[in-house]
Amino acid sequence: MSTSDGIPTQALETLLLALADDELMLGHRNAEWTGYAPLIEEDIAFSNIAQDELGHSLAWFTLYQQLSNKKPDSLAFEREWSDYTCCRFVTYPKGDFAYTVVRQYLFDEAEQVRLRAFSLSPYEPIRDVSAKILREEAYHLMHSQGLIERLGDATEESHRRMQAALNDAFPQALGMFEALEGEDELISSGIFGGNAKLRDEWLGRVQPVLENATLLIPGAPADFGGRKRNHVEYLQQLVDDLQSVYKIAPGAKW
Amino acid sequence: MNSQVTAEDQLARFEERVARGEKVEPGDWMPDEYRKSLIRMIGQHAHSEIVGQLPEGKWIPYAPGFRRKLTLIAKVQDEAGHGQLLYRAAETLGKSREEMLEELLAGKAKYANVFNYPTPSWADVGVIGWLVDMAAVVNQTMLQQTSFGPYARAMKRICYEESFHIKQGYDLVATLAKGTPEQKAMVQGAIDRWWYPTLMMSGPPDNLSAHTLQSLKWRIKTKTNEQVRQEYVDLIVPQIRALGLTIPDRDLKYDEKSEHWSYTQPDWEELKRVVNGDGPMNKERLAVRRKAHEDGRWVREALAAKRKEVAA
Repeated sequence: MSTSDGIPTQALETLLLALADDELMLGHRNAEWTGYAPLIEEDIAFSNIAQDELGHSLAWFTLYQQLSNKKPDSLAFEREWSDYTCCRFVTYPKGDFAYTVVRQYLFDEAEQVRLRAFSLSPYEPIRDVSAKILREEAYHLMHSQGLIERLGDATEESHRRMQAALNDAFPQALGMFEALEGEDELISSGIFGGNAKLRDEWLGRVQPVLENATLLIPGAPADFGGRKRNHVEYLQQLVDDLQSVYKIAPGAKW
Repeated sequence: MNSQVTAEDQLARFEERVARGEKVEPGDWMPDEYRKSLIRMIGQHAHSEIVGQLPEGKWIPYAPGFRRKLTLIAKVQDEAGHGQLLYRAAETLGKSREEMLEELLAGKAKYANVFNYPTPSWADVGVIGWLVDMAAVVNQTMLQQTSFGPYARAMKRICYEESFHIKQGYDLVATLAKGTPEQKAMVQGAIDRWWYPTLMMSGPPDNLSAHTLQSLKWRIKTKTNEQVRQEYVDLIVPQIRALGLTIPDRDLKYDEKSEHWSYTQPDWEELKRVVNGDGPMNKERLAVRRKAHEDGRWVREALAAKRKEVAA
């Protein structure tokens, strides 16, 4: 199946859902800091980032809707937990603030490489949305990279926590680059260069920043599974929370 | 040097300025009592914003649909921003944010009593946004006239943002009021729960104590508690009724003569108990804030260490 201009529709849908689901889950997780962050400024920052990520999720779901005719709210709030295709990385609990910061930084760098790739894509809708999102992402990266730089070696405790967070988060983050179903078609139609290529670009960006913050990259294998709907149970709890009110009266106006 | 200015002269000049409606700025001379009252008032107001994030913030993970989830996060984020702004206003009077927060967590500082009530249903989010913020805006609109400049300016911005919260709260309540029977029951339950706590927000009846008179004289406040409460009641009652919702007060009626709604006073003994720490959620609210504060201590210490390092 492909559109008139040779874009493989099904593979594109797979891609859009994966992007939308990633942003949805991370936005949800970040908003768990609203009211609980270590200082008011970070409370505001993570609440803001959460809204941006949820807004990006909505933007990807809206593109998906153009292809599938399914509404964003029903995609986000009515699916079974085992139907989402987010990477596992974004589904883990928010952890301590160090884990949240490290996850956000690794995610923000991935956003940079993937959105830059998409903004060169021949498929105009994905190109436009990517360019728009990149503008907001510049601020996210500035914020998360700044925290990595400041917390990485500030005190003994901050270093210990940041290193522990990286040990957990790094293999999970590699899971962002798990190949999608139909990825070969996306590559051949020029939508992007594929996840392996994105991962290498991503590594090239994160390595110097982490090293500079005195943080060592662990050697554990990538935490794959999410793109194939093989999730960890944290996602079940997250989705139960996410949908709990919506499901009291599905289809009603809320 | 000029001739010495006596304390009485200073006070007289201060009171003349204030009576003329001039604003007092942080560097200006002010009576100690004025400074203390304002630190206490603005500090309590800031704490209310921070603690006030919790009852609604609880519902962020469960908010139904993108629009509600986004607006709720934005709203609770606004409260954090208001807290930040108010702590800064209080800091201009010589007390640090950290000191004020320590007092809050030690149970030595007060915050808006209304946040010691629980939020067991999604509809509470709408009712807080609408009723609580409406009662707050009535009070804060009065405070825009307060004699202390930084507080008055903070109130202008805060009221502007609160006006959106009220609209969003109203929209949520109106949607549920027109919804399924379950949704209607949910929202009526929330109105029943929040009616009296919101009436208490403007404070106990004025006995025109020395304290109130002093506040009015120095234009810290420009209206009495009863005036503020009556304004809130007159605004909100017709709107609640227009949505087909009922208010849990059988004696509520419009008085043609005074052109005001007359209403049953809330239980002022309950207010006393809750203010003194014996409300349904007091312990929980402070426990949550204490844990967040402790969990975040290493971050604040690390950022401070880094600032020192950079400055050195």
